[in-house]
Amino acid sequence: MSRLFKIIAAIYTFLATSFASAESGFWSLNMPRGVTEVSNAVYDVHMLMMYICIAIGVVVFGFMFYVMFAHRKSRGAKAANFHENFTVEVIWTIVPAIILLGMAFPATTSLLKVYDTDNPDIDIKVTGYQWKWQYEYLGEDIKFMSELRTSQDEQYGRVPKGEHYLREVTQPLVIPTNKKVRFLITGNDVIHSWWVPDFAVKKDAIPGLFTSAWAKTDQPGVYVGACTELCGKDHSRMPVVVEVKEEADYYEWLAGKKAEAALYASTIGKDWSNDELMQKGKEVYGISCAGCHQAQGEGIAGIFPSLVGSSIVTGPIEDHIGILINGVAGSAMQSFADQLSEVDIAAVIHYKRNSWGNDMNDIVQPLDVLNYKQSR
Amino acid sequence: MTDQGSYYVPEQSKLPLGAALGMGTMGFGAAMWVIDGQSATVFFVGLAILAIVMYKWWGIVIEENMNGMVSNQLKHSYVLGMLWFIFSEVMFFAAFFGALFYVRVLVNPWLGGEAAITLFDDTPTDASTANAELLYPGYEATWPPLVTPDQAANGESAKFVGPDQAMSFPGFSSWQRILAWLPLWNTIILLTSSYTVNIAHHAIKEGDRKTFTRWLGITVLLGIVFLFLQAEEYIEAYQHMGLTLDSGIYGTTFFLLTGFHGAHVTLGTIMLLVSFLRGLRGHFKDNDHFGFEAAAWYWHFVDVVWVGLFLIVYVFD
Amino acid sequence: MAHGPSENFFTRWFFSTNHKDIGTLYLWFSFAMFLLGGAFAMIIRAELFQPGMQLIKPEFFNQMTTMHGLVMVFGAIMPAFVGLANWLIPMMIGAPDMALPRMNNLSFWILPFAFAILVSTLFMEGGGPNFGWTFYAPLSTTYAPDTVNYFIFGVHLMGASSIMGSINIIATVMNMRAPGMTYMKMPLFVWTWLITAFLLVAVMPVLAGAVTMMLMDINFGTSFFDAAGGGDPVLFQHVFWFFGHPEVYIIILPAFGVVSQIIPTFSRKPLFGYSSMVYATAAIAFLSFIVWAHHMFTVGMPIAGELYFMYATMLIAVPTGVKVFNWITTMYKGSITYETPMLFCIAFVILFTFGGFTGMMLSIAAADTQYHDTYFVVAHFHYVMVAGAVFSGTAAIYYWLPKWCGRMYDETMGKVQFWLAFIAFNITFMPQHFLGLAGMPRRYSDYGLQFADWNMVSSIGAFMYGGAQLLFLFNVIRTIGWGKPVEDPKVWEGADGLEWTLPTPPPFHTFSTPPVLK
Ligand code: HEA
Ligand code: HEA
Ligand code: HEC
Ligand code: CUA
Ligand SMILES: [Cu+2]
Repeated sequence: MSRLFKIIAAIYTFLATSFASAESGFWSLNMPRGVTEVSNAVYDVHMLMMYICIAIGVVVFGFMFYVMFAHRKSRGAKAANFHENFTVEVIWTIVPAIILLGMAFPATTSLLKVYDTDNPDIDIKVTGYQWKWQYEYLGEDIKFMSELRTSQDEQYGRVPKGEHYLREVTQPLVIPTNKKVRFLITGNDVIHSWWVPDFAVKKDAIPGLFTSAWAKTDQPGVYVGACTELCGKDHSRMPVVVEVKEEADYYEWLAGKKAEAALYASTIGKDWSNDELMQKGKEVYGISCAGCHQAQGEGIAGIFPSLVGSSIVTGPIEDHIGILINGVAGSAMQSFADQLSEVDIAAVIHYKRNSWGNDMNDIVQPLDVLNYKQSR
Repeated sequence: MTDQGSYYVPEQSKLPLGAALGMGTMGFGAAMWVIDGQSATVFFVGLAILAIVMYKWWGIVIEENMNGMVSNQLKHSYVLGMLWFIFSEVMFFAAFFGALFYVRVLVNPWLGGEAAITLFDDTPTDASTANAELLYPGYEATWPPLVTPDQAANGESAKFVGPDQAMSFPGFSSWQRILAWLPLWNTIILLTSSYTVNIAHHAIKEGDRKTFTRWLGITVLLGIVFLFLQAEEYIEAYQHMGLTLDSGIYGTTFFLLTGFHGAHVTLGTIMLLVSFLRGLRGHFKDNDHFGFEAAAWYWHFVDVVWVGLFLIVYVFD
Repeated sequence: MAHGPSENFFTRWFFSTNHKDIGTLYLWFSFAMFLLGGAFAMIIRAELFQPGMQLIKPEFFNQMTTMHGLVMVFGAIMPAFVGLANWLIPMMIGAPDMALPRMNNLSFWILPFAFAILVSTLFMEGGGPNFGWTFYAPLSTTYAPDTVNYFIFGVHLMGASSIMGSINIIATVMNMRAPGMTYMKMPLFVWTWLITAFLLVAVMPVLAGAVTMMLMDINFGTSFFDAAGGGDPVLFQHVFWFFGHPEVYIIILPAFGVVSQIIPTFSRKPLFGYSSMVYATAAIAFLSFIVWAHHMFTVGMPIAGELYFMYATMLIAVPTGVKVFNWITTMYKGSITYETPMLFCIAFVILFTFGGFTGMMLSIAAADTQYHDTYFVVAHFHYVMVAGAVFSGTAAIYYWLPKWCGRMYDETMGKVQFWLAFIAFNITFMPQHFLGLAGMPRRYSDYGLQFADWNMVSSIGAFMYGGAQLLFLFNVIRTIGWGKPVEDPKVWEGADGLEWTLPTPPPFHTFSTPPVLK
């Protein structure tokens, strides 16, 4: 019996230490500890639960293996014929209940931390789109999309996969250290879920309703998360990337963002050439449209219409702009008015009208888009 | 645990496979039908198959009973079958009542920026505040909601437009208005019909066939009047009150609850009608009338659901 | 009714009113569905073998995940246990047949039609259901392909089948027991099924309600799941999980019943605490109705709701623990032998308890913010459903098949299959815990490089596990066709219960005169 106990104890220590020390990465075993107060509390309650379960398991299975070994028929065991024992049955009802009571305390306090979203320093609105995220700094007039940057060629194995495969985006969310940031999360189309493991923030992005979460950390760095609610075809292709900057760097970044917007406003009136539009359009199409309408505009039968020879793509420019600005209510075709700039919209429309055998030979200018928007 | 050994296990039968074929065809056909809005043929073929099979099936069951092949124990199996079937129907309605409760008590305040349950804490959560500020400015959480959140935020271009009026209790302002309020009449009719079916039940227990058919006939008529008034109410809702399936959650819950209730009244009426016709043909004995009894139970169940509906959907809103 | 089975193949198998034949139909149907669902799982695991899209398109991957879940839960596991119920309940309680034999056949025949409808969508434009077996709105409503309508009516049909089947079981158990077979003398398998049938009658209509709401939202302009109209997408989840959580106990309770029959047999000792087992089953069933929102810890419920659902969920450990302890004390001081059914049951106790432990961890709401919708959850439910339901189902077949067909399976092959399945199972699903904790979300057709290693291990395990199933199929067919005849009514030395008093194989109609119990 004592040898058995030693073996069990050894296994236990091995498991416990390897779990506690494992770093996130290859062959990793455990969850990351994370960088916020909440994530640490969650990590602790997770470890506690695991140790309790392992301990119960050692006792229960230990006894079971002993029985299996000792009371074998081949060893000459004769079956006893007892059953029912009130005392034993009461004990094994009450003891687990007491253990549960003990677990309820840390479970409750950690949950209270998760819910403590009051008095934030910064509010950020997070919106899930099929299949990208939009971040809006409330009160700052800054808003941008964050889309996957990994190319289709990498995904389909036509070129080797980069180090950040499926973990890289066009623009990460940027937040400062040591500020309580509150995330107000919602969805545009279907339910998504915004998860950053290192913050222990995971909240569903529900269309038409808000949920909230918060984070505060003193450790700058880049933290990668994911969408965790099945949201359609490219559910696995809308990573969350958050960059935590030192406070000063953050404000610098914020100022830069604002200057960018001002600069953009000055280019919108310019006349764009066919080549410029085609090049820009191809780029935008690849990032924003190809996910659904596919690389050659062929679409997916029954889900996403083909753009080749489509009556809208080959129809009046006005309607074509309309569908991008307004989207199609109640379908995956979202409104791009907030997502793409006038230049991007003009370029992508121009590109579609002059690709894959669509041969319209007209030209669409950013100004047309702006006029459409204003006349609305 | 009664007299065993005489339990009647029927011969092989083509009917179950036929019924499954009918149901499968209906399912397939119904999907085709809703997808393009016209190819209903397959559905009706399935329905026809099912109807024929049902007719035969129950015909055989009745015949078996008339020939005395049905032991008391088997009768008890039928009783259990019907009771648990009604229980499953209760749970079906529970889903819709639960949905109504959830949107009314919790979601509606959240959308309007309030705290839902003020028992512990009446400060709105930051999520519900954000709903009101960022998604539906101007939406006020009242029940019944005559303005949808969509409409409050987007005005003209809203997809869901609330009703002009709700089907609520008109209040005690004037007797005329109360008397012109159809749900009240419907309640009276259904409660009466529960009573009349009960008279019929007592009559058959005493072997009084004449009273039985008379009061059962009256019950069927009351059921039909109820359905008629319900149709009237729907027409009124659609034509004069702007209350439709797409007028937001109020229209949604109103029509689904009353609609499914109406469908069950229809079924119950058919069951009672069949019992009535069987009564005319001389079926049922004072100690053996389960076919009718099952229909009567069903009818009471439909009645109870209505009382719930009347109170929750119409009166306390 | 004295005659045997019909000579005519078609009459015997299509027009049957015999509980044994219908049970057989259920069992073969469920095995076919298990292979189909398993084939889908193999496609999933093959695609996830390494990062990048190798074999299939992302949209097809989602259809595979969804169909795998649906087919396994509704097509494989549930019908398997209904098949066992059909075969065994009348034999165990001393009844001539099921209470309503014609309806019994109807319950079965609806299933092939329902699954034909469901599977046919894979070949239609727009493809099969692609929104997960939990089909959350609005992905399954406004944003779904048109074929979702076939799915909806398919679910309606499955629901009708289940409701009729369970009403039949309830009526049989309540009304058809032989004289002297009081409730507290019924074998535990019958008890667990009685309670399961009650759960089914209570929650299948709610599922019907959920898909009906979807149907209305998709086609008739209602706004149950659209906040713009005053509804809420989360409403769908509440309705679904009110069905869905009891559903997982519908899957496991009959499995508990099977294990509670087999362990005493091979321990040669009666079940330790019969009545506490019955009460524990009832307690689990009751609790299953009030914990549903533990699947929704991340939807932003008010904290009071979150705490309540957390505490209620934790409570389930108590009655489940009672069961586990009972099994072990039944073995204690027994005279244990390790035939294949016993091996599967022991593996069940260990692996199910392990899955229960991860369930406990999931129930801690704060920690679930990290676990939710990751492979940790996938690992949890495969431990309870594969090592739980599938292992116990396999045990049940090995245990009762010799009785049913009067032929013995090949013990060596059975043991080989057990060890292969046991090892492969753990290779498949143990690494999924690590994947989940490291941050791999579920329902992902592709993943980052840091998850590559464990995924590859898991896939290799899955293929091995699939091989073990083919061995099982082979063993079963070999037994029925060529197994060594057994004539001993008891088959197993330690077996106890009415079904073992019948001749082996049992006659077509059993207990036309009721047995008398002391
Ligand atoms: C057979 C099916 C089955 C069974 C039996 C269980 C059993 C349990 N499950 Fe599981 N579960 C599923 C099937 C099942 N589950 C499925 C399919 C999903 C995912 C659905 C989806 O999203 O697709 C899921 C998901 C799921 C979640 C949601 C996770 C998430 O999505 O974030 C949670 C959270 O609480 C949970 C908890 C539990 C608990 C507490 C038990 C308990 O019943 C376990 C109780 C057992 C024990 C605890 C072990 C024995 C007890 C002792 C030895 C006593 C002493 C122990 C202690 C004191 C700890 N399950
Ligand atoms: C009781 C139910 C049950 C069972 C038995 C299984 C069995 C298996 N499941 Fe299960 N699984 C679910 C229920 C079940 N699953 C559910 C509910 C989900 C969630 C779905 C969702 O997210 O919506 C899920 C999801 C799920 C995922 C996650 C998918 C994702 O998130 O994208 C994975 C991945 O590894 C997986 C793997 C497996 C494997 C390898 C098996 C193996 O055990 C299967 C073994 C069986 C076989 C392999 C059959 C053997 C036959 C052959 C090999 C030959 C076949 C060929 C022909 C007949 C032509 N399952
Ligand atoms: C998330 C998926 C998705 C993305 C991304 C997407 N679309 Fe669409 N698109 C759709 C769907 C679905 C429709 C069909 C809408 C309907 O009519 O129901 C559609 C319709 C269209 C149509 C009308 C086609 C026709 O013949 O009816 C055009 C034009 C179009 N999209 C252009 C674009 C452009 C340009 C982009 C990128 C800037 C884009 N779409 C991005 C899903 C998408
Ligand atoms: Cu967005 Cu998953
Ligand atoms: Cu659950």
